[in-house]
Amino acid sequence: MPQAKLDVGGTEPAIRARGLTRRFGHVTAVDGIDLDIPRARIYGFLGPNGSGKSTTIRMLCGLLRPSAGTVSVLSHEMPRDAEKLRTRLGYMTQKFSLWDDLTVSENLEFMAQVFGLAAPRRRARVSAVAEEFDLTSLFRQRAGTLSGGQRQRLALAAATLHQPELLLLDEPTSAVDPQSRREFWESLFELVARGVTILVSTHYMDEAERCHELAILASGRIVAQGAPQELMAAIPAAVVEVEAADTAAARRALVADETVLSVAQLGTRLHVLIDPATPDPAQRVLQRLGAASVEAQSTLVRASLEDVFVAATGFGRAAGEQRDR
Amino acid sequence: MLLRLLAITTKEVRQLARDRLTFGMIIGIPLMQILLFGYAINFDVRDLNAAVVDEARTSHSRALVADLQATGVIVLQPPSPSLADLRHRMESGEISVGVVIPYDFERRRSGSDRAVAQIVIDGSEPMIDSVARGLSSVPLPARAGDYKSRTPVFEVRTEYNPERRTAVQIVPALIGVILNMTMVIFTAAAIVRERERGNLELLIATPIRSWELMAGKLIPYVLIGLIQTTLILTVGARIFDVPINGSLLDLYLAAALFIAATLTLGLVISTFARTQFQAFQMSFLTLLPSILLSGFVFPFDGMPPLARMIAQALPLTHFVEMIRGILLRGAPLSAMQVPAMKLGVFLVITLAIATLRFHKRLD
Repeated sequence: MPQAKLDVGGTEPAIRARGLTRRFGHVTAVDGIDLDIPRARIYGFLGPNGSGKSTTIRMLCGLLRPSAGTVSVLSHEMPRDAEKLRTRLGYMTQKFSLWDDLTVSENLEFMAQVFGLAAPRRRARVSAVAEEFDLTSLFRQRAGTLSGGQRQRLALAAATLHQPELLLLDEPTSAVDPQSRREFWESLFELVARGVTILVSTHYMDEAERCHELAILASGRIVAQGAPQELMAAIPAAVVEVEAADTAAARRALVADETVLSVAQLGTRLHVLIDPATPDPAQRVLQRLGAASVEAQSTLVRASLEDVFVAATGFGRAAGEQRDR
Repeated sequence: MLLRLLAITTKEVRQLARDRLTFGMIIGIPLMQILLFGYAINFDVRDLNAAVVDEARTSHSRALVADLQATGVIVLQPPSPSLADLRHRMESGEISVGVVIPYDFERRRSGSDRAVAQIVIDGSEPMIDSVARGLSSVPLPARAGDYKSRTPVFEVRTEYNPERRTAVQIVPALIGVILNMTMVIFTAAAIVRERERGNLELLIATPIRSWELMAGKLIPYVLIGLIQTTLILTVGARIFDVPINGSLLDLYLAAALFIAATLTLGLVISTFARTQFQAFQMSFLTLLPSILLSGFVFPFDGMPPLARMIAQALPLTHFVEMIRGILLRGAPLSAMQVPAMKLGVFLVITLAIATLRFHKRLD
């Protein structure tokens, strides 16, 4: 029986979803997504605001009921077994949701109590996470007076107090400076090394690139799924970088070409995605620009994750058409 | 289990202690109200429940009773056999006016300078002066133009509040009004605040159970309610000489029951309101009818049937009845079973609604 195989040891994914759908009235926020998130990996949700990342995470931790589809988290069916899984899940909300008027230590102590940690373990865990996330010197400070990076460290510390097997992090770094983001990701990799599975949503390309695997979401659907390197290699477009004296004129000329899928400007350069069927895309770009009497140089380059994102979401144009409908 | 409950309570007390404004209101609202309401307010009445002790049993005494009833101020209940029974019925709150016609009624009527009969009034209820004046001006009936313009027909006797001071009528009920106000608003806001600030999303993703969350949040407010009760009683006794005739234990038991009922009402509101402002508005929506219909200012007896029905659904109505009975008439809690039961029913119903409506989910 094929089902029997799924139950064997650690081969079963940490999260498995089939046809997961959530509607709010007439709006479909999440539209039939399938997920297989392996254990002890960082899995990313990359997508713009409103693409269904938060709604999906909320369904995965049992806070929202799916309108259709099935979810199993750590071999438990959700949302039915949500309460059984509470001590095995850690959830970090998009907005800082610890208590501004409590101190760092009071917040940690409170969360440890709520997770039912007995006194000796509670003390040990509070000082362990304080050490780990560099919070010891902030113990007496109220959470409301912390900086963005400090708050986010506190939130992650609170989410890991009870040593969960699965962490669900909803845009954890949206209000955080680059240095703090770096440190935050180092902490995530340390957790993964201990066997924790992490699902993290983001709209930063550099963060998405750090994930073992990721899903690109747009309008509630998964439009691409896989390891970042695979996604970049398999992009259905050729990427050409153009250096032109008159970038505006170059842009106009390229947008008019039917083989050009998308043009993005990066300083004085243009980043051009071209139909992969085009032979010698760099040459094609130069011809086109020459015809429009724009002086330029062009190079064929490797696709970035942003290119993958643009390609997966329909090169901007299709997405625009979708919105218009 | 107890750990989580305690964790919530501790957190709530800490937050409350740091929220200076709210903390100030806990003490400030009762003080302001008692000082405002403590000074006189007078009113007008109809349809008070009354019973007669007719020791004379003559045709004239019956005519007098009929005339009293015709004024519309009183509604006659079955007569009492004795003055003791009349007092007992007044103590339990069944009647608020008693008419005593002495056995020597006929003799007094025909000559004596003494009043011919007595009206006994429950002074723990407001607007007593106008009732007394209205009834005592009823002329003495007689056959064939036998009216004489003479000394008052009735001697008016006000029980439980002999000096007829409004403060005595207002202050006990004010305990209920203040508790109703602070308990409903503060508990509704305490839960909605967590929803509004996003704390609730984090809390419901923890193993905490709904009842632990609710009970943990309510416990501090029960204590605050009892502190407020003490504050109003002390100020009432010191400044306005409001007597405490009943037992303090009975009084605090009644207050605790009422506090529980208002807290669950606050919980129900918290399951409907999305923002603290909505919670505040909804609390106010329950507060206004409570103040107007509970018998706190306007006597319950004069209201149209619909208003009475609404009043029955308000916890304050029953608490005002209990607190006046205990504090002013010195009635034991056992004489207050009916309002206590009604409060209990209210508590059970609201608790059931709150529990059914509160989910550990966002949808």
